Amino acid sequence: MYNFIYHRAAGLRQAQHMLGEFDDAKLIAGGQSLLPMMKLRLAAPANLVDLGKIAGLSDIEPDVRSISIGAMATHFEVHNSAVVQEALPALAELAGMIGEPAVRHRGTLGGSIAHNDPTADYPAACLALGATIITTERRIPADAFFTGLFETALMPDEIITAVSFPLAEKAAYQKFRNPASRYAMVGVFVAKHASDVRVAITGAGASGVFRVPAFEEALQGRFSPEALEGLTVSADGLTGDLHASAPYRAHLIGVLARRAVAAANERNDRSDEL
Amino acid sequence: MPTVSLTVNGNPVHADIDPRTLLVQLLRENLRLTGTRVGCDTSQCGSCVVHMDGKAVKSCTVLTLQAEGTAITTIEGLALGETLHPMQQAFRDNHGLQCGFCTSGMIMTAVDMVRRKGHALDDHTIRRELEGNLCRCTGYHNIVKSIAAGARAMESADPLRRAAE
Repeated sequence: MYNFIYHRAAGLRQAQHMLGEFDDAKLIAGGQSLLPMMKLRLAAPANLVDLGKIAGLSDIEPDVRSISIGAMATHFEVHNSAVVQEALPALAELAGMIGEPAVRHRGTLGGSIAHNDPTADYPAACLALGATIITTERRIPADAFFTGLFETALMPDEIITAVSFPLAEKAAYQKFRNPASRYAMVGVFVAKHASDVRVAITGAGASGVFRVPAFEEALQGRFSPEALEGLTVSADGLTGDLHASAPYRAHLIGVLARRAVAAANERNDRSDEL
Repeated sequence: MPTVSLTVNGNPVHADIDPRTLLVQLLRENLRLTGTRVGCDTSQCGSCVVHMDGKAVKSCTVLTLQAEGTAITTIEGLALGETLHPMQQAFRDNHGLQCGFCTSGMIMTAVDMVRRKGHALDDHTIRRELEGNLCRCTGYHNIVKSIAAGARAMESADPLRRAAE
């Protein structure tokens, strides 16, 4: 790791000021992605601004048609939140599928989406649920937030404070893990809203998370795995590496999308019985 | 150099450190608590797991400065005097180790697991929860057995021990 100057921000305003003031400054939340990158010298910020001691950034608050989750909420907190489990069980499940227990105790929602790793799970949830990313400056729709590999719409001194997730009628996330790293080789989040269906894919896109309009259209007609029969995704623009070729990832997208739709329907059938 | 103040196994620690100092380095190199291991240094193997404010974390992927004001428990902080923690005793009784390198991380993860999942742990749960801890000797069978036994033993542990936790 290259050396850096460490700054502990006491509040959001101070953190923003530090980002503007210091040369080549980067925010650190849980550090579960940034620290490994700094160790490998893939990242070498001159100044590190720690958000860890700022109070009130990890609240989880239900609203009428959405849940607001603070940027510093850990994956553990989201997974175990009674509010999230009740209102958006698919999101609680997704949080419990990130990394493993010790990583979930440190990693945060805001850190994950600001980093926008192409294999991260949260970006798929944000996109499929039509989330709004709330920052110190503005509200950014998820569709405009994820702009490419490790790239987002965030300005240099802009800080994510919370994410607002609209509730879905039905939703589920399915992930096919790399057997060694356990990262998503493909992850598919489907969400059925009152007016539309959204399908978001992580792990597979060479430019990061993306939606599949053909799947969404078919599912809007009929929200069932059968509606996706015969539909395929082109391998163009997908990642191919030693773990999985682009055509294999394309195949997995179809399989996991059908499984996700089935899981979303099954969950609703179960809760109807209760 | 920046200073850091935290508690390690109940003892206050104040140190001037290089900002790059990882929590595991502070524990091993400054405090000579070498029960916590560095296996992979990439947050995959889990041999560096310690508890930070009661939650398992990988101390190779936490800056010491991030741990300001927290309470850290390491494997050295589990036993009460000469009496092993029930989870340590269970690993001993069930031969839950071979070379022992991963063991402190396994035990710290196991104690955290019991706190979150309770005392009746089935094999499936234990194996899932061990996703972040690698053992390259045992094939995990006796580790899983140890954790199930340790979890049960923690339930009937003496009140002094339970109060300490």
